Amino acid sequence: MLAIGVEAMSMLSNPTFLFYQFMNSISLGMNLFIIATGLTLILGVLRVINFAHGAFFMFGAYVCWSTVTFLGGAVGSFWLGVVAAAVVLGAMAFVIERGLLRYLYGREHLTQLLFTFAIVLIVGDVAKMIWGTDQYNVPYPHGLGGAVDFGFAKYPSYPLLLCVIGLVVAVGMWLALSKTRWGRIIRAATQDREMLAALGMNVPLVYTGVFVIGSALAGIGGALAAPRVAVSPGMDATIIIECFIIVIIGGLGSLWGSFLGALALGFVTMFGTVIFPDWELVLAYILMLGLLLWRPWGLFGHEEEEPH
Amino acid sequence: MQTGYKTTFWISCAIVLLLLLVPTLGSKYLIDLTTEILIYALFALSLNVLIGYSGNISFGHAAYFAIGGYSCAILLTTYELPLIISMPAAIILSGLAAAFVGYFCVKLTDIYFAMLTLAFGMLVWAVAFKWRAVTGGDDGFVGVNVPAFIDNRYGFFYFTLFVVTVSAALLWLICHSAFGRTLVAVRENRVRAGFVGVNTTRLRHTAFVVAGTFAGIAGSLFAMYNRGVYVESAFWTESGQVLIMALLGGLYSFFGPALGAAVLYTLQVGINQYTEYWPVVLGIILLIILMFLPDGIIGLAQKLRSQFSRKA
Repeated sequence: MLAIGVEAMSMLSNPTFLFYQFMNSISLGMNLFIIATGLTLILGVLRVINFAHGAFFMFGAYVCWSTVTFLGGAVGSFWLGVVAAAVVLGAMAFVIERGLLRYLYGREHLTQLLFTFAIVLIVGDVAKMIWGTDQYNVPYPHGLGGAVDFGFAKYPSYPLLLCVIGLVVAVGMWLALSKTRWGRIIRAATQDREMLAALGMNVPLVYTGVFVIGSALAGIGGALAAPRVAVSPGMDATIIIECFIIVIIGGLGSLWGSFLGALALGFVTMFGTVIFPDWELVLAYILMLGLLLWRPWGLFGHEEEEPH
Repeated sequence: MQTGYKTTFWISCAIVLLLLLVPTLGSKYLIDLTTEILIYALFALSLNVLIGYSGNISFGHAAYFAIGGYSCAILLTTYELPLIISMPAAIILSGLAAAFVGYFCVKLTDIYFAMLTLAFGMLVWAVAFKWRAVTGGDDGFVGVNVPAFIDNRYGFFYFTLFVVTVSAALLWLICHSAFGRTLVAVRENRVRAGFVGVNTTRLRHTAFVVAGTFAGIAGSLFAMYNRGVYVESAFWTESGQVLIMALLGGLYSFFGPALGAAVLYTLQVGINQYTEYWPVVLGIILLIILMFLPDGIIGLAQKLRSQFSRKA
């Protein structure tokens, strides 16, 4: 144990390594953010914790792999895979929301929760039927296999691009939510759906739209993660827990909360791997617990309103 | 109400008597199946204290089942302690773990509570998975040292039946005590219960500990039955499965979850013979319950009965 500590200390005093790990943390955090923001959006508007979000993420990664493989790894095939993942997951979400979930809105939370759990079981097994239990690797997209020279250190292009994409998604979502008409409607739906309906707004359509966008984000997140990880069954379970930790840290339905939560989890995971190898997940929980003791409703959340 | 209790008592006695006779049928397969169902029934009953009686949706209940299982197995095997010490110690450890986790969880309610219990459940899974030296990691903890008197099919069956019956009776008493009644009041309206002077947070915490403790009993039985504990026992799908058992039987009745466990487990064993895709089947069963049978089998039976008596 002490030996590990000494080794970790010497690694952490190496500036190049420190920079590398710093960038890795942001890159991982941004990838997690893209996924978690879809979950938190659905949670904020529909008040449903979508357990199937992890399964959607996994499905997105598989769709991306299939697209890349089908096109023989041609230039641009990866990005087509990302789009395909968004479209497939959006379409799946549309069918699930319109066909089933919509009939459960008036019911207890337990019913809705278990509904999404049923979707986890079904989507997970359908993925197994289509893609089997093999592990797949998606190569880095064309032109992004190299590294960018920062002068004092090099950093691989693809994870660097992930940082940029995450930031673009965050700013884009923020602009869309705060500056556009649809964004205002979505924010109004998180506040008071009855009032929104009374004002003549088509609330069911808002719900469908949010569920589709949120799920498409899970698909995009999965496709973007595909070159970083091995695409395999079981990748859905870990990601959903990570998303929950992010949402709990950030606060229910908060965009910037999930942004900070995702970054925090990225740093804890990457530096935790160095300091306490194998136990980084436990560190993430300690982070979450500490926060819960201080602010049970998360960094950017609000105290829950009691039912009357 | 009192006559209702009496009927329940006699029906329960009849069921226990019938179960006592199961080994005389001579089918080893049936004895094993009944033992497994009894263990799952206790697991589902314990969860119902939390969900049916106090309205807290736990998605991490498998954690206490696994803690009970691992502690019992480790105490029996690694430390070679006798059963009379190992099992109570395992049960107390599950209760303590539930007390610790519950302390954080009951600060939150509803969907936040569900997320947090799930996160803690997966923490237990992660620890069991990584702490190879103690738990055996993903190979599982195998070769549990089971005392001689239950080291055979018949002995273990009667031992399980005894433990489950006593536990179910205790749970029944707890749920029908003043404590259980107050839990229902909290479930129905937390704010009002608070106004009449109930410390709702402490009450929910107690329910959490009771549920975790009894799940630990089920878990320790399961570990001895299988002569091993596997990390899958702590996985979140296991928590989901026991929740489905409770829901299938009927959450708002005391024995519903036990019935649900029997039905679902029998289905699982049956379907596993034909296909490896049990999760899809489970998902579809769950969708059907949610869409068409919101109050489970017991609720359906009650509805049919009331319709029948209206016609008569």
